[in-house]
Amino acid sequence: MNKVLMSGNNIIGEAAIRAGCRFYAGYPITPQNELTEYMAEHMRKAEGGVFIQSESEVAAINMIAGASATGARVMTSSSSPGISLKQEGISSMAACELPGVIVNIMRGGPGLGNIRPSQGDYFQATRGGGHGDYRTMVFAPATCQELADLTMDAFDAADKYRTPVMILADGMMGQMMEPIIFKSPAPRVYPEKFMLRGAGSGKSKFIRGLLLDPIDAEEHNWKLARKYEVITEHETLCEEHNLEEADMVIVAYGTAARIAKGAIKRLRDHGMKIGLFRPITLWPFPELKLRALSAKVKNFLVFEMSTGQMLEDVRLALQGYAHIDFHGRPGGAVPTPAEFANVVARLYNKRD
Amino acid sequence: MAKIIFQKPKSLKEKIFHYCPGCGHSIVHRLMAEVIDEMGIQGITIGVPPAGCAVLAYNYFDVDMIESPHGRAPAMASGIKRMLPDRMVFCYQGDGDLAAIGLAESFHAANRGENITVIFINNAVYGMTGGQMAPTTLLNQKTTTSLAGRQTLLDGYPVKVSELFSQLEGSAYIERCMVNSPAFVNKTKKAIRKAFECQKAELGFSMVEILSACPTNWKMNTIDSCQWMDDVMSKVFPPGVFKDVTKATKKAAEVPS
Repeated sequence: MNKVLMSGNNIIGEAAIRAGCRFYAGYPITPQNELTEYMAEHMRKAEGGVFIQSESEVAAINMIAGASATGARVMTSSSSPGISLKQEGISSMAACELPGVIVNIMRGGPGLGNIRPSQGDYFQATRGGGHGDYRTMVFAPATCQELADLTMDAFDAADKYRTPVMILADGMMGQMMEPIIFKSPAPRVYPEKFMLRGAGSGKSKFIRGLLLDPIDAEEHNWKLARKYEVITEHETLCEEHNLEEADMVIVAYGTAARIAKGAIKRLRDHGMKIGLFRPITLWPFPELKLRALSAKVKNFLVFEMSTGQMLEDVRLALQGYAHIDFHGRPGGAVPTPAEFANVVARLYNKRD
Repeated sequence: MAKIIFQKPKSLKEKIFHYCPGCGHSIVHRLMAEVIDEMGIQGITIGVPPAGCAVLAYNYFDVDMIESPHGRAPAMASGIKRMLPDRMVFCYQGDGDLAAIGLAESFHAANRGENITVIFINNAVYGMTGGQMAPTTLLNQKTTTSLAGRQTLLDGYPVKVSELFSQLEGSAYIERCMVNSPAFVNKTKKAIRKAFECQKAELGFSMVEILSACPTNWKMNTIDSCQWMDDVMSKVFPPGVFKDVTKATKKAAEVPS
């Protein structure tokens, strides 16, 4: 397969179609419009592909829930305020165990915020987001190649665990262009017994999340919880960069991790031993890997384009075994690697 | 050999309805099941029940069903129908579900001409939650949230869904019926049949609005409820066919007389 140069939003769309996604519904919102537009053009060309521009994000998520129930691979995308609107449907999909991929190209918030890249939706993404006891798997790509790969993986994970999966990127990831190679997706594995396609001559079935009997509902909640335990055990992903002999480790994901890598390169040139721990799955968070690191590294710096959300997961992972600093740029402000390098150097020199 | 002249429709399960005495849901469920049986579409029908009293409709209909969040049934049904165009897909919705929280979803499904059938139960009140004011509550009608009766200055006006949706070019068949007398029940069954036939003929969005009694929340007995529907409710929501493209297109669906 040859390398192609594409922008992030288009890569997600192309990767989804190649992974067998055949239903997309979405509503325009910046900075993810290119993805909706890409799907409008290309989904309808794919065999059996359906594109609907929905009347709202609320409708879009419910459209994909319906299409998912029929057994199709489905996707919707939006940006922060729109993802808030989708939460009712995401909670419902989690309850009804409907697979689907939700793309959040984050922008500044809260409220309408702005249309600049931000990472303020970490809590929303990793804590379920909607009401009730559930989680969504969250992939946080940091390169265009990862956008392609993780989008394909997201569909497999959604099918495997019959749960909504989120791609959490930001406006920077959506807009940037890099050369990438689309891998060949594995054949889909999704049993027909989970599909709602009309009973035919067999027994009719129903899909529901409403369980009026609290004991039934409790059992359903524990069933979901056991599934989340399995996911936590088997599905964490992270990248460890320059950790050999590091005195200080930056913990960052997505665009912030890219900036951190630029800063680390500059600082290594000045003899500072700084590494990067990059969670690729935000839920499940690669907690054990990070904790193991605290055996040899005692200084951590969490860097996010927010006021400190993943910071809490890092604290929970490190359990007080190491010192944690934080640097954040919320609201759509994106620091340069040089600017961040200054911050890191100051903290590095003050370290114990 | 004895000839069977009346029996439980095949498309209904062996369950006892949980609906209150005098409620129209059980009548409409039965009518729909009869239509599904008569059209021979039980195995290809997928239903989307609402949030509301009929949320447990999947306990009664012996067809594939999937619950939807409050008001979102037409969006969900759109997704199902687009992926499975040869299946029969219906939404079953109440007035709060369709005309308040889910107005955008139902309006735009109708406007897109989604080839689905919506069975819309209008009982002018939120039933399941205990009788609050609905978008279809009549002026001066007392509910638990319009204690002095619905006042235009405070609460606005009853929403006339059939009139509204018939204006949309995507809608193919819109009829308003009642289920408060045997004659009207028979008429309602014909309307449901016609709506399903429209879908079968791929004509677009079809909806049957059915005025239905809620004696429990109207605080009336069942006889008075039926009378009130004749005397008051049907004056605000007049029954009739509001849209029927089968006549205009001459691509008439088969409707038994």
